[in-house]
Order: sequence, then structure tokens, then C-alpha cells
Amino acid sequence: MNQATLTIKQLSDTEIVVTLNGSWTIGADIPGQDELASKRTHGQSGTLLFKAGDHFCWDSRLLAYLMACQANTQCRFDLSGLPDDVGDLFRLANAVPANKAQPTRKRSLAGTASQWITHVGDGVINFLAFLGELALTMVRWIAGKGSARWLDIVSFCHQAGPSAIPIVSLQSVLVGMILAYLGVVQLRQFGAEIYVSDLVGVGMVREMGALMTAVIMSGRTGAAYAAQLGTMQVNEEIDALTTLGIKPMDYLVLPRTLALLLMMPLLTLYSNVLGMVGGGLVATSMDVTWLMYLHQLREAITYTDILTGVIKSVVFALLIAMAGCRAGLACGRSSAAVGQATTNAVVTAIIYLVVADAGLNILYFKLGV
Amino acid sequence: MTYGSNLIQANLNFTINRGDVFVIMGGSGCGKSTLLKHMIGLFQPAEGDILFQGQSYFSATSEKQLEMRKRWGVTYQGGALFSDKSLAENIALPLEQYTSLGRRSIRELARYKLSLVGLAGFEDYYPSQISGGMAKRAGLARAIALDPEILFFDEPSAGLDPLSARRLDELILQLRDSTGATIVIVTHELASIFAIGNNGVYLDAETKTQLDTGSPSDMLNHSRHNTVRAFLSRGEYSGESAKGAEPQPLHADRRAGV
Repeated sequence: MNQATLTIKQLSDTEIVVTLNGSWTIGADIPGQDELASKRTHGQSGTLLFKAGDHFCWDSRLLAYLMACQANTQCRFDLSGLPDDVGDLFRLANAVPANKAQPTRKRSLAGTASQWITHVGDGVINFLAFLGELALTMVRWIAGKGSARWLDIVSFCHQAGPSAIPIVSLQSVLVGMILAYLGVVQLRQFGAEIYVSDLVGVGMVREMGALMTAVIMSGRTGAAYAAQLGTMQVNEEIDALTTLGIKPMDYLVLPRTLALLLMMPLLTLYSNVLGMVGGGLVATSMDVTWLMYLHQLREAITYTDILTGVIKSVVFALLIAMAGCRAGLACGRSSAAVGQATTNAVVTAIIYLVVADAGLNILYFKLGV
Repeated sequence: MTYGSNLIQANLNFTINRGDVFVIMGGSGCGKSTLLKHMIGLFQPAEGDILFQGQSYFSATSEKQLEMRKRWGVTYQGGALFSDKSLAENIALPLEQYTSLGRRSIRELARYKLSLVGLAGFEDYYPSQISGGMAKRAGLARAIALDPEILFFDEPSAGLDPLSARRLDELILQLRDSTGATIVIVTHELASIFAIGNNGVYLDAETKTQLDTGSPSDMLNHSRHNTVRAFLSRGEYSGESAKGAEPQPLHADRRAGV
């Protein structure tokens, strides 16, 4: 392959002849642009006359080079000395003037903080607006005017309830065991291992049962809702529903929310029981018998404790369904947007959960329950 | 019409008459589909109003809006079929919502609507099991489920081969003739525009307004705007100043009396 070189000859003040030799192709070594720029004496105006020299051959590489050179100079390019195809392609590439505007950047450093604050503000407003709309939809449904169908609700219940049992079981047993180990190690110092029942029982029933189930469900069901609704948004299915006069809120959001509201308390109760079993497995491996463990559990847990957990789970269910459905409905029109909506659903759901859990704990404490 | 602070089109003013095949045309990105979405009530115009039989859609109560929507059918670019439902269930959905028909009659109606668009026997197929052209026709069958008075189409022939596109055009005309529905189509397929359109509006991306309205063949021959004539003749017509065409006096509002 012949080395690409160029020779530059100054004809007059305004005319320069550039002869291209060798192979100006992809994969070949070609001179840098500055070689042309540095040798131009009267750089700002005039004509550059290009000529084909010895062993000249070319492909897109040459044209890219010419375009790049052109961007750096005001000279007129005369390509009549090169093969006609080069001139034609060069004219075609220059036929439409380049766009000068830059694509809008989403984020600038200076604006980040204020954007973040407005972002959070918008989030709160949107949350309240969505909650209000959902409440109205529910009232309409209870009054018998909604279009949510029982068949849908049942099928969503199945997805959000029985199908979640394996993962909830695993999670609950392990959380119960973790709580028990945590307690046993500390309590053993006082010879009070038996009180591990209290720790596991109260811990599961008041806190971990509801919270951990909610975390699992926001990853499982909340994300699924966001992805389902997001895909429907991409396919214009939601527009189609709206133009059929069916409110997405009635037809899509309500059955999903109701299903979660029904299933979450049940899953939480189930999780409580399995958590205590997990705790028992640990406790009985360390000088506590099953009988003692169960007896102490009965002493430790009251119905109020169970109720506080169930109330939490209902609040969590509402929040998960809202985060999932809202992210799905607000989804953009591309496949990337669906992924983003799903991520968004899980992240916001978990933030909601933690904030709501803290709030409820403070409330319970003030109420003395 | 705006997206946020981004102006898409302004000063639109046109009337669609009963029984028209009204074509919304214009270059890519000029806001044709956006205009359609305003007309079917998905987006609210930033200013102005859209009238349906003399009534404003956007200032109507939600019951009135629903009443109006039931009289419209919309076919989307990709069909927008509900992917978790079979074709028959897709068509049955509006029927279940708004009629008190039994299962059996709904199924029969769905079958009839599907056979109108040439998809008899596909009732139990799911949208993922049929081709793009079939999905569009199924979308049309769903749009006509409630015997609408106005049928909206968003780029019906986009992505179809010429023969299927032509069949779809014929189908649209036949439906217009036999049901008396008014048709509103967004398209830039010249063949379709001339074959079926008898009224239309041309939206321009540069001036961000309508350049002309009327029947496509009139526009081709008599439009005062070279851009419109160039568009309709596939660039073969070019006046002295194809680009410098002045927009004619702008209309004060953008009422579209449908």
C-alpha cells in the first residue's frame, strides 16, 4: 500500500494546489489536518485546488478528511482535479447545512441543586394528585360506577398473593433467624435466652413482617405494574383506552391497587408466622425448648401488636401500588423509558416505605400502642 | 399546540364536513399526529378550541366528553391492540363497557367487525401472533366497534407494502360509503392523499401554521403556496420562491368545527 502524502504548491496569493498521493483509505495512515493548515500561508480565504497525484486511491476516509479540513477554513474547495465521484459525494454531504444548535443538556452543574429541589417538589405534588385521583376512583368504584372488573382483580390477586408465597417464605424464615441470633447472643450474657421469643415475636409482628414483605413486593409486584403500564404506554394502548372512553385509572390502576390492598395484609400475617418459626429454629438449638418458646411468644405478643403490623401493611400496599402505577403511566415512548419507569417504581416505593414506616412508628409511639 | 414551551403549530383553522375524507398532511415532524391527538381529546390545546358538532370538547363536562368519545373511533399507528387480550376480546372491550349485550352477541359482533376488515377466523389470535398490517386492520375493527360517526386514522399506511396500503385505502372508502362515517386521516402518502382525500389541511413545519386547506387536487393545482404544491407533486412543481412563500393572513383563532 502506498503511503498517503500531500504536496502543497502556492500558485498565487489566493490559489493553492494540493496534490494527494497514495492511498487515502480506511486503515491507511494519512497526514493530519494541521499539515494542510500549517502550510497554508494565506489561510483565511482563497481557493484550494485538489489534484489526484501518483497511485491515488480513496474511500470515505478521504471525504471525512476533506469535510474536517473544510470545517477549519473559509477557503473554497475545488475538487475538479479529483475523480468525479469524490466531488459528487462532497457536494451531497454539504447539500444540507449542518445543524448549529446543540441538543439540550438535561443537567448542568450550576442548575443541579435547584433542579433537584423542584424535582422533589414536583414529586410531592404529583404524589398527592395521584393519591387524590385514586381516592376518587375508589369512591366511584364503591358507589358501583367504576369499570374495574372482578375477573381482573382476581387475576391480579393471584399474581400478588399466592405467586409471591415462595419468596416471602424464604425471606421470612431468614429474617426470623437473623432476629433470633441477634437476640440470643446479647441475652445469653444475662442468662435470659428465653426472652428471644419476645424479640422475634414483637420484631416480626410490629416491624419486620410488614416491612420486609413490602420490600419484596415492591421489587416483585410494583416493578411488574410499572413495566406492564409502561409497555402499554409505549404501544399507545393507554391512548387507545382513553379514546374508548375508559379511564386508565379505573381500568388499570384500581384493580392492581385493590389486589395489593387485599393480598399484602395476608402475606404479612403469613410472614409473621414463618418468621416466628425461623426464630424458633434458632432458639431451640440453644437450650430453649419449643414449648418454652411458644409459651413465651404467647405472653409477648398482643392483638394490638398484630394489628399495628397489619395496618402498616395496608399503607405499604397502597404506596407500592401507587409508585408502580404512577411510574408506568408517566412512562415515555421508548423501550429505555420502560426500564427507567421500572427502576423509578422500585426506588420511589422503597423511599415511600421507609418514610411511611418511620411516620407510623412515631404515631404508634405517641398513641402508646 | 405546544409541548411544554415548544410551539408546534399555531393559528390553525379548518372545518371538516360530515362525510368528508379529511387528510392532515405535511412534512415529517410538523405536528400532524399532535394535531390528531388534540382532535381526539388526548391533549388540550394551549389556546383555542375544538368544536364537535358546534360543541366545545374541552369545556364540556366529563359525561359530555364521554358521550362524544363514544361517537369517535381511533386507529393508531401500530394498532395499539391490548396485548394481553385476543383480537375478539380487544373488540369486545368497548362493547362490554357501553352496551348491555350478552357474551354471545358480543362475540358475534366482534366476529362481524373482524370479517369487515378481512380478519374473519382470527378471533382467538393474540396481537403478537399476527403481522403489522393485520394488527392495523384489527385496530380498525376495534375503532368501528361502536359504529362511530368519525373515524380517526394515524398514518394508516405507514409501514405497509403498497398493495396492502391500497387495500386499506379501499377499505376506508368502503366503510365511509356504507356507514356514512366522517374520516380524518394523518398521512404523507401521496397515493393515499389523492386516492381517498376530498378535503384536507397542510401543516408546515417551518412557519408552524397551516398553509392551506381544501381538497388535495385543488391544492395541487391552485394553492397559493409553492411549498404545498411542491409537496403534493413530490417536488416536481417549484415556483420562483419555493421557500419564501408568505403565509396568508393568519386566522384569529383555531377553531375546527367538526
